[in-house]
Amino acid sequence: MTTTAPPRQVAPPRPARPASHPRSRRRGSGLAALLFLLPMFAVFGVFSWLPILQTAVMSLQQTNLVDTPEFVGLDNFVTVLNDPLLWTATRNTLWFAFLALLIGYPAPLVLAVLMNEVRRLRGLYSALAYLPVVVPPVVAVLLWKFFYDAGPHGLFNTVLGWFGVAPVAWLQDGGTAMVSLVVESTWAAMGGTVIIYLAALTRVPPELYEAAEIDGASVWHKVWHVTLPQLRGVLLITFILQIVGTAQVFLEPFLFTGGGPANKTTTILLLIYNYAFASSLGGDYGAATALSLMLAVVLALLSALYFRLTRSWSTS
Amino acid sequence: MKSSRISAVVLTTALAVTGCAGGEPEGSGGRLALTVAIDPGLEKGAVDAFNARVAEFEKAHPDVDVQPQEYKWDATTFTAQLAGGTLPAVFTAPFTDGRGLIERRQIADISGEVAKLPYAKGFNASVAKAGQAADGAMQAVPIAAYGQALHYNRTLFTQAGLDPDKPPATWAEVRSAAKQIAERTGQAGYAQMTAGNTGGWILATLDYAFGGRVEQLSGDSAKSTLNTDEMRAVLKSLQDMRWADNSMGANFLYDWATINQDFAAGRIGMYVSGGGNYGSLKAQNALKAEDYGITTVPLADKGTAGVLGGGSLAVVRAKSSAAVVSAGVKWIDFYYLSKLTAQDQAVADAKTTAESSQAVGSPELPVFDRALHDQRRQWIAQYVNVPVQQMKPYTDRMFAQPLVPEPTRSTQQVYALLDPVVQAVLTDRNADATALLAQAESQAQALLDRK
Repeated sequence: MTTTAPPRQVAPPRPARPASHPRSRRRGSGLAALLFLLPMFAVFGVFSWLPILQTAVMSLQQTNLVDTPEFVGLDNFVTVLNDPLLWTATRNTLWFAFLALLIGYPAPLVLAVLMNEVRRLRGLYSALAYLPVVVPPVVAVLLWKFFYDAGPHGLFNTVLGWFGVAPVAWLQDGGTAMVSLVVESTWAAMGGTVIIYLAALTRVPPELYEAAEIDGASVWHKVWHVTLPQLRGVLLITFILQIVGTAQVFLEPFLFTGGGPANKTTTILLLIYNYAFASSLGGDYGAATALSLMLAVVLALLSALYFRLTRSWSTS
Repeated sequence: MKSSRISAVVLTTALAVTGCAGGEPEGSGGRLALTVAIDPGLEKGAVDAFNARVAEFEKAHPDVDVQPQEYKWDATTFTAQLAGGTLPAVFTAPFTDGRGLIERRQIADISGEVAKLPYAKGFNASVAKAGQAADGAMQAVPIAAYGQALHYNRTLFTQAGLDPDKPPATWAEVRSAAKQIAERTGQAGYAQMTAGNTGGWILATLDYAFGGRVEQLSGDSAKSTLNTDEMRAVLKSLQDMRWADNSMGANFLYDWATINQDFAAGRIGMYVSGGGNYGSLKAQNALKAEDYGITTVPLADKGTAGVLGGGSLAVVRAKSSAAVVSAGVKWIDFYYLSKLTAQDQAVADAKTTAESSQAVGSPELPVFDRALHDQRRQWIAQYVNVPVQQMKPYTDRMFAQPLVPEPTRSTQQVYALLDPVVQAVLTDRNADATALLAQAESQAQALLDRK
């Protein structure tokens, strides 16, 4: 243990090593640790790293996974970049991300702030808010398909009918299909974010609100000047996570519309899936993996940004 | 302590590694293992019947251990199963995939074994083509054939003041009947599949019925012919029903399963699908027999107008050993074809099927010749349990219509390109059908040129 550490060193001092047989003990525990790590390496290797490596290799090949693959260089990337559907899918994914920010991002925050104000039955409200997360996603989509039935007897259209509003085509109209998907996915995912915000809200010092009240601040002013600045870090993290999540949206367009009507809800992930699987004869695995790699690069950049931001917040 | 800990880790790792190991299943008692497809979700009676057939086969071939594996062709999962090598050794695929599977060598070449079958040269020529390689060798065996038909709901026809015994015989009559059904019952008069490649399938069917074709073959090259007068006429007809008459209901994202569901639920007056669809509607969608009607797809008054026909092929998985290929073809012969060619097998199959409350006697086209087809219908007559009288508008005329095989080149990909075309026409009042077809045609040509 040293007593001459430089003044700026913040790492805690290391515990003293045992005096007896340090070498053999270390070698023995190292071997055991390695053996214990082997299953982890095997699982990650087989199910994560190997497929990633294969994806990179396959993006440079033309293959039907039965014949010997043929090396085609960057042809798959060229094919994907020349596919007009790529730009449709990119536009749709950005549109989904924008709508999700517009509808899905503020919704859990508003709900959390409101629930935080409630003094009674807060646990019940938290449970109710979290309930949609518990519902299996496929079940939720099937349920919402009934809600979105475009006929006059669909659930939402029945409600609109009470107010004399004509039936809306929801999923059957290019103009409303994506909004409908975002509303459902917001409902399905909101519970988890609400819980995160509620936890963050408990850390806001009550004296800040008391001071604001003494200064005559309204509820809106308290939210704007106290709550939101105090949640700044959490809000930025959920923002980045939402961007990464929406870039990978697949389930909703796949199950609700299959990318329709007329490709109005075809997203990048759905396009990747279609490259590989829409044709029963084994589609273009090369194109699918090439686009997967391109998406991975974009998401890696976003993740790097995320880590950079979170690191600066944690040290600020 | 330490050694036992290390042993535990080694054992766990070994278990994990051996658990991941795959490969061909081994047959019991040193016999040859043969995995064969069985429909998923069958009732116990049907499973028992299947197992009885397996026992019968194993008795005749004691060196083979038949192992049933649940499988049903599905466009979205088939390719993954094919690539992953998880298909049974003997499985089925639609006609549209036959040529592609053969060209890509994704199935075993069983032509040598098939040629030895006594009826190898007796297949209906147009049906046989679906399973033949370019040199004419039969590498996939046709086991069932169908022609497209117009299915209609007799109850909705009656409610709308239409005569269910006189279904529409022209597309103009289809349109007026659809309008009448929509106005008087509030249900969709006519609906159409548009999703999961079925949009292209049905659009190609209507194109054929109007006298068009979606591709022209010339030697090894193929020309996409989507942007034609016939196809534009088809889309105009759909636009009229959708936007002028408002007779196509509110759902324009149907696939095969969902349109069957809504038809059986009485929400659709008419739709186009395979002529043998009654069995599925009954078994999977609880269709009421009294609601069901079927007639031929109306054909335009043009020499080239025809009915799109398709069917199923039995194939053997790629990279199978010679022994598995031999046993696989024996199974195809025994399970799929003997009930079409031998009286005792036909009767036994019909009896079992009827006893498990499945449909017997749905319309189908002959895999072999017409005489054998008619002969078989007589053999199984006592077990027929479908509403034969209600099917007469179709069965009386189905052989008179010219049958045209589905396109053979990049079929499913071209169908996939047509899905958004028909969706756009049905969901966008201002959709420019000609521009959509021109774009689809150029994309289809690019696909055809790549092959």
